[in-house]
Amino acid sequence: MRDVAVVAFSQRQEAMINTESEVEFMVPLMNEAKDAVGLTQQEMGFTCSGSSDFLAGQAFSFVMTIDGTGPVPPISESHVEQDGAWALYEAWVKLQCGDIDTAFVYSYGKSSPGSLRDVLATQMDPYYVAPLWPDAFAIEAMAARQMLDQGVVSEQQLAEIASRSRAHAASNPHAVRTAPKSVDEILAEDYAMAPLRPSDLPASSDGGAVIVLAADDKARELCDRPAWIRGIDHRSDAHTLGVRDLTTSMSARIAAEKAGIGNDKIDIAELHAPFSSSEAVLTKALGLGGDTVINPSGGAQAAHTMMASGLIRIGEAAQRISCGDADRAVATAASGPCLQQNLVAVLEGE
Amino acid sequence: MGKERAAVLGVGQTKYDTTYPGSMAGMLREAATNALEMSGKCWDDIDAVIMGKAPDFFEGVMMPEVYLAEALGCVGKPIMRVHTAGSVGGSTACVATSMIQSGVHETVLTIGWEKQSESNAMWALSLPQPFATSVNAGAGGYFSPIIRRYMMMTEAPELIGCMVALKDRKHALNNPYAHLHQPELTFEQVVESPMLWDPIRYSETCPSSDGACAIVLGSEKVAEAHDGPVAWIKGIAMRSESGSFAGRNMVSPAASEACADDVFAQAGIHDRRKEIDAVEMYVPFSWYEPMWLESLGFAEKGQGWKMVEEGATSIDGGDLPVNCSGGVLSSNPIGASGMIRFGEAALQVMGLAGDHQVDGAKTAVGHAYGGAAQYYAMWVVGADK
Amino acid sequence: MADEVLTAPLVLEYPFTRTTGPVIGGFLTGLREGVIHGVRRSDGTVMCPPLEYDPITSAPLSELVAVGTVGTVTTWTWNGEPRAQQPFTQPFAWAMITLDGADTPMLHAVFVDSADDMATGMRVEVVWRDKREGHIIDIAGFIPAVASTTGEPGAMPGDVEQIQSVRTSIRMEYTYTPGRALSQYLRAMKDKRILGDTCPETGEVSVPPRGVSSVAGKPTLPELVDLPDTGYIESFNITRVPIKMRPDLTPPYVSAWIVLDGASVGFMGLGMNVEPEDVRVGMRVRAVWKPDDELEMSAQNILGWEPTGEPDEVITDYARVGRIEQGDDQ
Repeated sequence: MRDVAVVAFSQRQEAMINTESEVEFMVPLMNEAKDAVGLTQQEMGFTCSGSSDFLAGQAFSFVMTIDGTGPVPPISESHVEQDGAWALYEAWVKLQCGDIDTAFVYSYGKSSPGSLRDVLATQMDPYYVAPLWPDAFAIEAMAARQMLDQGVVSEQQLAEIASRSRAHAASNPHAVRTAPKSVDEILAEDYAMAPLRPSDLPASSDGGAVIVLAADDKARELCDRPAWIRGIDHRSDAHTLGVRDLTTSMSARIAAEKAGIGNDKIDIAELHAPFSSSEAVLTKALGLGGDTVINPSGGAQAAHTMMASGLIRIGEAAQRISCGDADRAVATAASGPCLQQNLVAVLEGE
Repeated sequence: MGKERAAVLGVGQTKYDTTYPGSMAGMLREAATNALEMSGKCWDDIDAVIMGKAPDFFEGVMMPEVYLAEALGCVGKPIMRVHTAGSVGGSTACVATSMIQSGVHETVLTIGWEKQSESNAMWALSLPQPFATSVNAGAGGYFSPIIRRYMMMTEAPELIGCMVALKDRKHALNNPYAHLHQPELTFEQVVESPMLWDPIRYSETCPSSDGACAIVLGSEKVAEAHDGPVAWIKGIAMRSESGSFAGRNMVSPAASEACADDVFAQAGIHDRRKEIDAVEMYVPFSWYEPMWLESLGFAEKGQGWKMVEEGATSIDGGDLPVNCSGGVLSSNPIGASGMIRFGEAALQVMGLAGDHQVDGAKTAVGHAYGGAAQYYAMWVVGADK
Repeated sequence: MADEVLTAPLVLEYPFTRTTGPVIGGFLTGLREGVIHGVRRSDGTVMCPPLEYDPITSAPLSELVAVGTVGTVTTWTWNGEPRAQQPFTQPFAWAMITLDGADTPMLHAVFVDSADDMATGMRVEVVWRDKREGHIIDIAGFIPAVASTTGEPGAMPGDVEQIQSVRTSIRMEYTYTPGRALSQYLRAMKDKRILGDTCPETGEVSVPPRGVSSVAGKPTLPELVDLPDTGYIESFNITRVPIKMRPDLTPPYVSAWIVLDGASVGFMGLGMNVEPEDVRVGMRVRAVWKPDDELEMSAQNILGWEPTGEPDEVITDYARVGRIEQGDDQ
């Protein structure tokens, strides 16, 4: 495989962005990333984006946003109705074809206009499950209970995850839930969706992110310390909850293996885990140990920007490599109920 | 590092119709199973699935690849979901091709679909928008002014669009999967069908269809081992541009021309009209055939309508048969429509197009567009490597 | 910009009609008749509810098997406040329930007084809805099983009409906000002013403003510009059939791209006070406004566009739209 690296990253996440349209808040992020590498949109070999019509409440919502890239003259471009991490994967595949050296990736989402909990119910089996409108928190809560029942995790451990997310988020200007809370304080919270407490749930946010990828020497030319994507892979589990083991993640495990996570030390992991319980699942599936700092940004729990959270995990991991804080990192992205789909990227500095 | 070669091993479709009688998963599985069967593959042979469809609002299922992954053999495997408006079926096939050209996968299933009957197109495509005023009546109301400008620019005879409509409906009679089968349809009936979005008549528009189209793609190694004809992919291209800016060429958008230039250059095609044996182009409104003939470089600017008038685009004696399958005018499951164009182009060079086979077709083009005529996807396929 | 944020409710709802095929249809037919079916998988186990494929191997499945109406809770959570869309009115528990005779659990609701009455492993039995139609909510929910209930699989009556399709509705509520540029445009509309925004590089002016210039890929200038309510028709469509979204419009009527004087690109507007046959590309038009006392923050303030009677605009390049500046050779 060709060496491809993250060479620029920009992001914005806020609890609510209601004074700017999607394209209005994405344009500055797009230009920030382009300026960082000194390339115009037309100089990018490929452009790929991710977003969701259901989230926007509008069909073809991405058509408005492409204008932000300045696609005049035309650009080579595509769009996935998935988290931007999959747009990045598509761009990475394009770079592997060998005829382009750079790619521009962005994704965005506003959850605040609707009710994400309810909107996500429309992702479920449309005949048997969606008509009951189980909200997204309820589904995860049932998975969490199964984990507790089987002794895979304890409520204490869930609270530790939630507390650490808040502590890490305190130093992340893009996180929206940054107030520290101790494990005991969290354990004292009333259940929101038993056995999950408010601090176990994601803090919903609006926002987006942009990543520029470059291959080989082009990456070295554009960035002092590129974050090389040593492996990237994505897998799906079954959708039917009744046939899945919700206490673990086969898809994340396989994707991590294929991405070459291996046994070498991983300095940091940015996991797309909206819930404390989903982080516990991913940590186990990826075999992450005590010497890895999990979610130094606070993770998707501290700011969950639907459609961009996965891409932001990759950006956060890359940024820590580029600034020299980490040499080897793993980032994940997820989609569907209870982490049905997982993408895993392994990144390294040189 | 060069690109790996990729080829089409199998194409599978459902019978396009107003309502597919089964479940969504059942519809996709029917197309996928047909494609697997032609390619001699089974679910276990597939490395990844690339799915495309237009807005989720059609079926009211958000990101339906999540629900459908397990129906398409994707447990433990990768599945992606592409959405580039009307061009999506074509873009999806391009993304799937990249999976092989990059060397990431050996065998990929790609599938485009829409089940419009679950809701209705007018609702799904024209959701209410606060503060705005809507005088548009769906896509027809949007494209009619562009067609009017083309007619003014070229001074084409008024009934060229009707000729295209009749030709595609006649072509559809030879395609068992086509939605519209109108054996009795006459030119007079097309001309006299009601004006909907003047200058677009009812008979010059596409139907609302349910359906799915799947394609199995393989690497050179997989294709070489395949016992049966394959379609070698000679080029893929995608281009996008803004739908609105001053001085935009709406009749032949720059993105359309750039997409065609790119794909034909990859395929080493110099004389497009001479070297291409069959074209499956995205013509949801009849006048788009002459418009695309010009934009894609098969005709000089302003001359595309003459090809229609001369019968050059008919399978019956034309030198550049266009939409031998009946095209979008005869079947339009939106998210699949582009994939059908790509799949039908492949079937032509595989010699498997059945009663709508162009004799001896060696090189064919699949084409799709979407949005405000701003998203484009194309591929060129050939019988020979 | 200190103005309050403009918002409007946006409700998306639709009653989807889903054709089912024989397996989902068979299950729903059973529910209507008070019988719950699973499907037999290749390893002999029974999955309930049934799918027409194995969700692990994707192999086709078709053999429906009646299962019991009593089952065991494998996991659960408490839904203290039913959400608007949920077909339940009281607080309830969500649970995964493995029915006797099935090997996989299904999702449904359990009705108990509080979370304290729920436990993994508890036995529950089906509560049927009085009136059943072949829908997942024919099962009204579950309640703790009474020891005397055996929950034996029911028997299907012979010769019943098979369910072919099911109606499932979606209703989603959003709060729409138009963004920076469009909000300014809408506020000005209330004062009978039309604002456009300007590309910082080319100077081209867009109406309605979009906040970004697609030519430059940059934010448009923060100051919006006032435009007159006159312009010309770039091209047009004559709709000759009624459309649902505008029941107030009687066909035939004209929808036209209008380019305002001083603007660079067109937008769609309604032709007024002119016969469709008399509309021309290049025709000069002016806005027809709502009466002053009916003006609101909406593009609907302009009812349509009527001819001014001035000489037509001369259009030289029919392929291209918008104001084509001199020396522009793009």
